[in-house]
Amino acid sequence: MKCKVCREHAVVDIRRHNAAFCRTHFLTHISNQVAKTIKEFEMFSAADRLLLAVSGGKDSLALWDVLLDLGYDTTGFYLDLGIGGYSTRSKEASIAYAETKGAKLIVRSLSDEHGYTVPELAQLTGRVPCSGCGLNKRYEFNRAALEEGFDILVTGHNLDDEVATLFGNVLHWNVDMLGRQAPVLDERLLASGGEAKTVMVKKVKPLVKIAERETAAYALLKGIDYVVEECPMVEGNTQHRYKEAITLLEEASPGTKSQMYFGFLKKAAPRFETTADAVELAACMSCGSVTIAVETGDPLCSFCRTKSLALKRKERGIPGPASKRRKR
Amino acid sequence: MKVKLRNPDRVVEVAGPRNVTTLLRELQIVPEAVLVIRDSTLLTRDEALDDDDELEVRPVLSGGSS
Repeated sequence: MKCKVCREHAVVDIRRHNAAFCRTHFLTHISNQVAKTIKEFEMFSAADRLLLAVSGGKDSLALWDVLLDLGYDTTGFYLDLGIGGYSTRSKEASIAYAETKGAKLIVRSLSDEHGYTVPELAQLTGRVPCSGCGLNKRYEFNRAALEEGFDILVTGHNLDDEVATLFGNVLHWNVDMLGRQAPVLDERLLASGGEAKTVMVKKVKPLVKIAERETAAYALLKGIDYVVEECPMVEGNTQHRYKEAITLLEEASPGTKSQMYFGFLKKAAPRFETTADAVELAACMSCGSVTIAVETGDPLCSFCRTKSLALKRKERGIPGPASKRRKR
Repeated sequence: MKVKLRNPDRVVEVAGPRNVTTLLRELQIVPEAVLVIRDSTLLTRDEALDDDDELEVRPVLSGGSS
């Protein structure tokens, strides 16, 4: 195959664009796609301070690389989840990348911050590991952004992530979630002492036009030493199963993923916005974070509820129910 | 040729010559789900492979929470 731009030998083919690229023009293509996404969805400007959630994997490190090269003020945030050697290697990869680029990286640990690891949380609460992990990551990313005074929280969710989430939300008709699935989630304010206070920082996903295979290719071609191994707790993960199914469809009909996601944003997402807007928000009685608990009469947000349960069981030495994780 | 596969890491021997598409078909791997790497660079689907090549087939789909 020849590069679409210069006709030299190609190293990456992108079938949904009916194109192949040499190394140089592929890297330019990815950078241009990210820049276009940032502009199209009005994600942020050069004046904003960005906090990027970094996992040590291909997506977040590739995105960090693109944002730094584009000149954005981007600080990484790594949350140690306590998943044995996997977390150790992920942290090392994140620190090594930050050092190579001379970039700022904030490192926190779930164990230090809250007294448990992701495997312990799954054991103590019976939650599926990925569910408890996601809840804690979303909470900690937002908390770090608020505490450290960042304007924008950036995540490395790519096209495959978004399509898999959309697929799951449609399969289960999670209309609230469909109303909130977007490349940009605006900041949320709550009244506090007569003033409006930011409780959720604006969240953006600049990789929504980039497929997972392309972020991996970008990282490899840039020599970014990302963690290739899969999280040991991901076995049987629903999101992963959806991705495998969608990838088969993409292989047979290139462009399927892009059509599903961007078709949803254009034609269907507005129909679900009223459902999401109708949810009444309140401040968690424990941490002040935003919650919809007022509807259920529960004064705690789901994070504080889960944390409280886990710590109570840990203090009493109760192992908790078996995790609901299913085998594939 | 020697082909390194991931999760778990292992190496399999596949006879050449062939191209990337036929290699992945023989290994029953969906091309959209992997990168094929030789000498630290990437190969497109039509790239020819020889008996003495050493390759890595690296999965790109990650799971977990979002």
